[in-house]
Formats: sequence, structure tokens, C-alpha cells
Amino acid sequence: MHSGLVAPKGIWWKPAGRQEKVWITVAFIWCMVLFAMMPFWHFKGGQNPAGIRHRVEPAKYQERVNRFVQEYKVGEDTGMPVVQAPPGSELYLLGRMWAWYPILKLKEGATYTLHLSSLDLNHGFSLFPVNINFQIVPGYDYALKITPNIAGDFRIVCNEFCGIGHHLMVGKVIVDPK
Amino acid sequence: MSAGTIAAAAGLFRTCPVTKLKVHRDAELLVKVNAVAAVLAFTVGVSAAILLVLTRWQAVHLLPADWYYRLVTAHGLNMLIFFIIFFEMAILYFAGAIMLNSRVPTPWLAWLSFGLMAVGALLVDYLVFTGRADVLFTSYPPLRAHPLYYLGIILFAVGALVVTGLFFACLVVARREKTYEGSMPLVVFGALTAAIISVVTLVHGAIIYIPTFLWSLDLEIFGWKANVDAQVYRMIWWALGHSSQQINVAAMVSVWYLLGGITVGAVVINEKISRTAFVLYILFINLASAHHLLVDPGFGPGWKIWNTSYFMYLAVLASMIHGFTVPAGVEVGQRLNGFVKGTFEWLRKAPWSDPGFSGMFLSLIIFGFLGGVTGVTIGTEQISIIAHNTLRVPGHFHTTVVGGTALAFMALTYYVIPLIFRREVIWLKLARYQPYLFGGGVTLFAVSMIVAGMFGVPRRHYDISFTNALFKVEYPPGADLALAFLALGGIVAFLGGLLYILITVGSVFFGTPLTEERLQKGLASVPQGILRLPPQERKEESHYAPGTVILVFVFLAVFAIYYFTNWKMLSQVWQIG
Ligand code: HEM
Ligand SMILES: [Cu+2]
Ligand SMILES: [Cu+2]
Repeated sequence: MHSGLVAPKGIWWKPAGRQEKVWITVAFIWCMVLFAMMPFWHFKGGQNPAGIRHRVEPAKYQERVNRFVQEYKVGEDTGMPVVQAPPGSELYLLGRMWAWYPILKLKEGATYTLHLSSLDLNHGFSLFPVNINFQIVPGYDYALKITPNIAGDFRIVCNEFCGIGHHLMVGKVIVDPK
Repeated sequence: MSAGTIAAAAGLFRTCPVTKLKVHRDAELLVKVNAVAAVLAFTVGVSAAILLVLTRWQAVHLLPADWYYRLVTAHGLNMLIFFIIFFEMAILYFAGAIMLNSRVPTPWLAWLSFGLMAVGALLVDYLVFTGRADVLFTSYPPLRAHPLYYLGIILFAVGALVVTGLFFACLVVARREKTYEGSMPLVVFGALTAAIISVVTLVHGAIIYIPTFLWSLDLEIFGWKANVDAQVYRMIWWALGHSSQQINVAAMVSVWYLLGGITVGAVVINEKISRTAFVLYILFINLASAHHLLVDPGFGPGWKIWNTSYFMYLAVLASMIHGFTVPAGVEVGQRLNGFVKGTFEWLRKAPWSDPGFSGMFLSLIIFGFLGGVTGVTIGTEQISIIAHNTLRVPGHFHTTVVGGTALAFMALTYYVIPLIFRREVIWLKLARYQPYLFGGGVTLFAVSMIVAGMFGVPRRHYDISFTNALFKVEYPPGADLALAFLALGGIVAFLGGLLYILITVGSVFFGTPLTEERLQKGLASVPQGILRLPPQERKEESHYAPGTVILVFVFLAVFAIYYFTNWKMLSQVWQIG
């Protein structure tokens, strides 16, 4: 036998020993389990990043958000509109340097379709303290069906670097109890 | 051709007294300058690291915001790109020219490419430190840096590509001049794997950096304006960014085999298996960029699952194979050295005070148990939802590329100093502790990052107390505690890094020149593998490695527990899809 520094002479294509065979087989099966879990979760699990995805012009998206705010605005908080759309509706959230617009008001247990996009740079949608995270890319609309399972006062933190004000970019989501 | 013999006659070679290898002077010098450049970049990176750590520790919060982001940029670039790649260039010259008794075919080209890489790196650092490239090392457009920043990266990459080409040429020359018999050694085969992957990687680099460079110039050619789609950029950039991690893995695994051989005479238990595992890296790695894009809007689930997993998991399989064959090789070697008692005498009686061995073995453990397990888990399509862009991500990769690759490279350095720089290692007694200090510190701060990330603490974020933000955000005390431990581990790792710099620089400039006489008398202050090189070839055949079998099954249990715990965590958040 020799170390990895030695050039092997003759034929080194030799059958694997028993231990190696067992380990490689077990490892391979484990890899297939890892693989199978993902499609499985699409059928059985409640959290998937599939969504409905489109390209969208930032200006068009901005317009859509404005219409959404006009239609469903119910109040204001620190100068930011608070918007409450009925369960089942489409919600439009905008990320831009350095704010999330508008504030969303939801109902516990209701399902909505949440659209996410950016006006300028990449941003990171991170729902605090639930810890749900999505990448927001300018030019793309990412629409996800969401169902809040608890009531409370939530924050949206930006977790993709978006310039010097990145750490100031915080939004708000309120979920009313059933 | 007789160029080789003529060169030898002209004194272009020397014979290594330890390994008996014929060492090409140019190759040796190239290893030296690349290693020195790597240590310089590491010095910049580690200085930035300590400031970052003391900023993320909210109780101290050292830097102002602009310098925090600037130093995140500088740290990522100097560590992940400059330190690691310069070191890999050194490895390519070592594995190609020196280990095969061969030579660098066209030294002038090698020097030119070193020049390109050095100029590129300096240019990039200049622009970063003067505040003209605050874009982090990923530079996602429409974030925009000074055009020369992109040019610097391109120069660096072109230089690296040329070195890779020279490595292939070197293999051809070695074969033609018959400087070795049989097949190339496994370590060289591993380096070849790294080199092949780096070609794929650098091609993606060219595809993405050249248009981005043009875009940054606002060029208009006949009405055509360079534009870069934000999502396409992320996809191709990560085909560069992630495949390059696979270069690091292949290089690191080669270094494991190398150090195992030099420190304890570890054997290759089966050439076929180890080499096939390397080939799996080459085959299944190119699309691994997907796991950075699992919660991106540009791609559907089919694409995400296929690319993040099926292909990837065969690369995971490859790592699990090396994770068996490397320790098994050490175990069999040690048993042949006479440590046959019980299941673990081979491990207990290993040369733990040789930083070459301890660094290698710690790297193996940290990479496998922490890096691999956490990486596969957060690289799962749905689990990414609870991990993306949180501190779990840097927590993961500091256990792969830092606790794994960087630590393995450090361990190798203790052998490079005497073998290539031909100096004794100063402070060898202190050097014993360096791998433990660095590996321990990295483990502590990376695990703390992972814990903080589980509370949702974002990465690349200046202030999670949100002092001046529109709305208050209050993280639970557990998150603050995790950040304090991050700081503690970071400080320990910093000290380990500092010690590494002092020992290497000190040895290279002030170490006693290594003479054959002091070596033979056993007086030289060098790692034990150099004083008494363990047998590299043995008459006995053995495959008996019961200790390793236990280790790998413990590993599998840890893996499964962590993996399914994460699914459980995911199932508790809002329904989303
Ligand atoms: C003493 C050792 C080290 C310490 C204490 C350290 C610490 C850190 C910290 C605190 C961050 C910033 C995390 C954040 O705020 O998002 C970071 C980021 C990073 N580190 Fe290290 N690090 C060390 C060594 C290394 C090494 C050796 C490498 C590469 C080989 C490396 C690669 C990176 C990368 C790529 C990032 C991400 C930068 C980004 O998000 O843009 N680190 N490190
Ligand atoms: Cu943002
Ligand atoms: Cu941001």
C-alpha cells in the first residue's frame, strides 16, 4: 500500500472492500432521501417557495401598488398608509431604498396572495420574528400564498444589502386575531 | 526531449533531502511568492474580521455604518478570493511541477500571470478601501462599483486561468519527459480536479464580469447599451461563486491526503474509490449555484430541486466518500505503524502536537460535521425559507471554507516552510496550539452565527437594534447572547489567525535556514513528519478500519437529526407557497 503522494504503478482499479461498500451504499441511500424530501414537501408540506413568478417593469409595479393602497387604505401610522384588504385578495408590497411600502393588516387564518417586488436594488424580505425569508429582485414579481397562523405585530426586515441605509429598512405587518 | 536534463545540468533543480523529490527552482519560487501573497491577503482579511466581529457584537458596535459595509466587502474579497486563490496557485505549482519531479514549462508566463493577479488584487483593494466599491463581494447589480473594480477582478481571474493552464501543461511535460512512473499520485489527481473545476468556474466569471464591466462604464456602442438583468446576474455569478467553493473543497481534500501521508503515513485504501469521488465533483458541480437562488423569483421548483439536489447530492456523496477514505487511510496507516490496540488507539496516539496533523484532522471534523451537515440542510429548497440571508449562511460557510479549507491550508504551511522555504519553524511549541485556537474559535463563532440566524438575525447587517429605523424591532435576549458568543469565538479565531501570520512571516524571514546536518541530527525545529518521514510505501495490505466506521455512522446520525429538526422548524412557520 502507499500514500497519496506516491504514483501508483500497475493496475489500481481494484474492487472495493466490504466497509467501503457498506458506507457508500448507505451514503447513496441517504442522498436519495435528501432528494426525495423536496418533492414530497411540495405535496404534503405547507411551506414552499414556488409561488407565481413574472417579470414586471418597476414603474408598472409601483402603479399597481398605488392602486392597491388607494383601494384598501384604512389608516396611517408614522406617515405610512395602513392597508387592509379582504381575505383572499392580492396584496402588493414594495421594497425600495429604504422602506417597505405600505403597512399590511391581515386576519389570522385567512389566505392571501402576497406580491413582492423592488423599485431599485435587490432587497431581502425577512418576516420578524417568524423568520420567513425571500429574495426580492428588481424586475420580477414574486407572488406567494400566505396564511398567518398567529395574530400579532410583525416586522419586515431587509436582509439583502441595499446601500448605506440597509439597516434602517423596516416594514410592518399586523395580524388581527380571528 | 532533453530540456529536462539540460535544465538539471544547469542547476535549475535541487534535490529535496526529505522527500528526495527533484525541485524546480522556478516552481519553488512561484510557490513562495504565491504563498506570501496569500498570507498578505489573509492579514488584510483577518484585520477586517476582528473589526466586523466587534461591530456585530451589539454591546460594542465598534465601526460606523459605512466602514462596516466596506470592511464586509474587503473581508469577503481578501479572504475568499485573494487568500484562498493565491494559496491554491501555490498548491498547483507544488502538485504539478514539484510532486511530479517536473518543471514549470514557461516560467515567464507564470510570472506574468502572478503579476496580473497581484495588480488585479491591489486595484480591487485600492478601490474598496477608498470607498468606491461598497458593493460587497457579490456586487449584485444594479448596485454599482467603480469600473476599475470589475477590471481588477477580471485581471485577477485571467491570471488564475493562466496558472491553471500552466498546470495542465506541466502534467503533459511530466508525462512526456517521464519524470514519474505509473499514474499520477492521488494528491496530484485531486489538484487536477480542482484545476478542471476552476476552468469551468472562470468561464462563468468571464461571462458575468465582462458585461458587468461594460455596463459600469455606461458604454454605448452603435446604440447598443450594455445592461445586466439583476436575476440573470445572480444566477451566473453564483455559477462562479459556488463552483469556486468546489475548487476549494477539491483542493482541501487533496491537502488532507497529502498531510495524512506526510504526518502519519496514511495510506490510500482504494485508489479507484478516491479518484471516482473526485470525478463526481467535476461532473455534478456546475449547476450548484441553484442553492443560492432557492427563494428567488426567477426560477420554478423543478429547476430548483433538480439543480440544488440531484446533481448536488452526488457531489455530497463524493464528500461523504472522502469523509470515509481519509480517516480510514489515517487509521490503516497508524495501525500499520503499530497502534493496533482497541478501536481508537490509532487516533489517541496520533501526533496531535504536530500542527500539520492536528490542523488536518480538525479541518476534516469541522468541515464534515458542521460545514457539510449545515450546508446540505440550508441548501434544501424549502428549508432555505428559514435560512436565506440570515446569519446561518455565514455560519455555514465559515465552517466549510474557514474551519475546513483555510485550516487545512494553515496546517500545510507548517510543512511548506521547511520543505519549500527551507527554514526551521520558529515558535514550534506555540504552533502546536495554533490549529486548536483557530479551529476552536471558528467553531464557536460559526455555531453562534447559526444560532443567531435561527432567531432570524440577518447577515450583512449593521445594526439589529434598529436604533434609527421607522419601527422598533426587538430581538429576544437569546439572539444578543449568540452575538456575544460570536464575538468571543471571533476574538479567539482572530488570535489564532494572528499567531499563524506571526509564525509564518517570522519563520520565512528570521527562521534558521534548514540544513541537512541539523535535520539528520534531529535538532531542527520542524514538524515531526519532516524529522522522520513516515513510510510512504508499505508491503502490508490492510483495510481494517473499525474506528472510522464508528465515526462515519455517528456523523450520519448527527446529519439526520439536524436535517429533520430543520424540517420540523419549517413546519411551524406561516403556511406559504
Ligand atoms: C478570524 C477569522 C474570521 C472571522 C472572525 C470572521 C468573521 C466574519 C464576520 C463577522 C463576517 C460578517 C458577517 C456579517 O455581518 O454578515 C464575515 C463574513 C465573511 N467571511 Fe469571515 N471571518 C474569518 C475568516 C474568514 C476566512 C478565512 C474566510 C474565507 C476563506 C472568510 C470568508 C467570509 C466571507 C465570504 C464573508 C461574507 C461577506 C459578505 O457577506 O459579503 N472569513 N466573517
Ligand atoms: Cu433593502
Ligand atoms: Cu437591505
